[in-house]
Amino acid sequence: MEYLIAATIGLLTAAGIYLLLRLRSFPVIVGLSLLSYAVNVFIFAAGRLAINSPPIISSAAAGYTDPLPQALVLTAIVISFGMTAVILIMALGAYLGSGDDRINLQGPEGADIAPAATADRGA
Amino acid sequence: MTAMLSSHAMILPVVLPAMLAPLIAMAMRHDLLLQRIFGLAGTVLLVILSMGLLWQATVSGPTVYRLGDWPAPFGIVLVLDRLSAMMVGLTSFLALFIQLYVIGTGWDARGKHFHALFLFQLMGLNGAFLTGDAFNLFVFFEVLLIASYGLMIHGAGQERLRAGVQYVAFNLVGSTLFLFALATIYSVTGTLNMADLAVKVAALPEGEHALIRVCGVLMLLVFAIKAALVPLQFWLPGTYANAPGPVAALFAVMTKVGAYAILRVFTLIFPPGVAATGPLFADILMPAAIATLVLGAVGVLGATSLARLAAFAAIASMGTILLALAAFTPAATAAALYYLLHSTLAGALLFLVSDLVLDRRGTGTLRGTAHPVAQSGLIASLFFVAAIGMAGMPPLSGFLGKLMVLDALRSTATLAWTTILVTSLIMILGFARAGSHLFWKSAAVDDAPPDHPPEALAITAAFGLVAALVALAVFAGPVMGWLQVAAQALHAPAAYIAANTLGIVP
Repeated sequence: MEYLIAATIGLLTAAGIYLLLRLRSFPVIVGLSLLSYAVNVFIFAAGRLAINSPPIISSAAAGYTDPLPQALVLTAIVISFGMTAVILIMALGAYLGSGDDRINLQGPEGADIAPAATADRGA
Repeated sequence: MTAMLSSHAMILPVVLPAMLAPLIAMAMRHDLLLQRIFGLAGTVLLVILSMGLLWQATVSGPTVYRLGDWPAPFGIVLVLDRLSAMMVGLTSFLALFIQLYVIGTGWDARGKHFHALFLFQLMGLNGAFLTGDAFNLFVFFEVLLIASYGLMIHGAGQERLRAGVQYVAFNLVGSTLFLFALATIYSVTGTLNMADLAVKVAALPEGEHALIRVCGVLMLLVFAIKAALVPLQFWLPGTYANAPGPVAALFAVMTKVGAYAILRVFTLIFPPGVAATGPLFADILMPAAIATLVLGAVGVLGATSLARLAAFAAIASMGTILLALAAFTPAATAAALYYLLHSTLAGALLFLVSDLVLDRRGTGTLRGTAHPVAQSGLIASLFFVAAIGMAGMPPLSGFLGKLMVLDALRSTATLAWTTILVTSLIMILGFARAGSHLFWKSAAVDDAPPDHPPEALAITAAFGLVAALVALAVFAGPVMGWLQVAAQALHAPAAYIAANTLGIVP
């Protein structure tokens, strides 16, 4: 089982990083999600892999599995879910605004000149 | 009541904004005046609270607040020592001026929920400075980041939204790295309480050394992203230059979160004396800090707009701070802390000036000509003060800070001295070029400056930061004495660790 888990984490991470490097917002967001799945499984495995044991010390069971990583994973899942929602909305806004989903900042001459003064400050 | 309040005072800088922000977001969403009153009241209360905490940290050394009264290594703790009290104080002080500026310029009317997001940001910052638990540090990082995402795209616009997406994506990768690091640390040591980690890491068996070294480097990478250390600085200019001016000014303290975390983790958990890692981190930090300083200075010289110039100046100041931190001696740490205080205030001032110029000139560009700046005498004097501060010229605190850093780095002289002195010169040139372009060259267009309301409150807030810089220079002696004690405690963290141990559970 260790090999399976390790291979899964490795595969998810590799796929996530590959997608991150695509510079288009949709693949980047999917890549970030894959990375967060990978890290969630990784945190889970950090508490050692134990099968069929309760996450609490009990006289009825032979051993126990570490409950703390499970709590950490829960926190990490909630946070990464929220963050994915935020970046999704922002990417949608950027896409609908410019009709282009490139994630890198560049473009013609003016792009790195202060944020379009007319649009922001004049309003 | 007072006894209860004082024993729970440590959690209040987190709880107060956490309660106030949703109240503002939900109950007052349509009333800007109420939002301003409550937002400002919250920040003023935070300033008062942080003064109290500073006093407490000064008289009674490290104190621990156990959340839910769970004993230390098992529950989450907040730890107040001089360093965390100083950072909380700096944050709330800076926040007060920025909030006055925002109200004065009406930035908060250009989008929704500014004050709620602002308070959430303060909650995250205060929590990150106060927590004594590594995973909790991650959580507060996320709180301050998610608020900063909202602030960054405040009053949006094409370019700002795109810069925002990039900023979020980059930080999400950073968060993932942080989680990998934390999970590995937990699997090696079985704890995430920072004081407990310090004890466990020092006593690790030989076989685990390689793994813990990987954890340390991963942590350093994460904090380096936050601190904009070369080669992980590339997100900063785009983000800060595209963020609204006052928000960028608040972000001046966000890069310092990275410096704070580096200082905390690499003096407490992985100090150079620990067998598992040795001087590994100092060896990584030193060249990276030098590269950061050089890149920042060259960026200041070559910046195409005032906001980008301010962003590169912020990078350069991080280079100076981390160069001093990389020496890992109490004297250098104290100098770094002094420079940190100074550069946060001066950097914020520079961003505010850049916003004032943008507003009065129509563009912040440093290429070609534009309108003259309205009220140019006043704005130019503010720019002049900010430039003197950031470049480190006398008589402001930047000069004293750099002098102390140089003095503390005497043993590793040549390279560090050369870098700091040469980059200071480059930055002076850069600021001089920018200043003369902004305030003198505009005569080429013979337009009258556009009419602009004087915005007394905003200018007053900016001059408040100037006053703070002057005070920092005038009271350099007592401040430095206080910081030296703080630095000594950081490099001999026995009291910090002792405050965290299991102890007697009532």
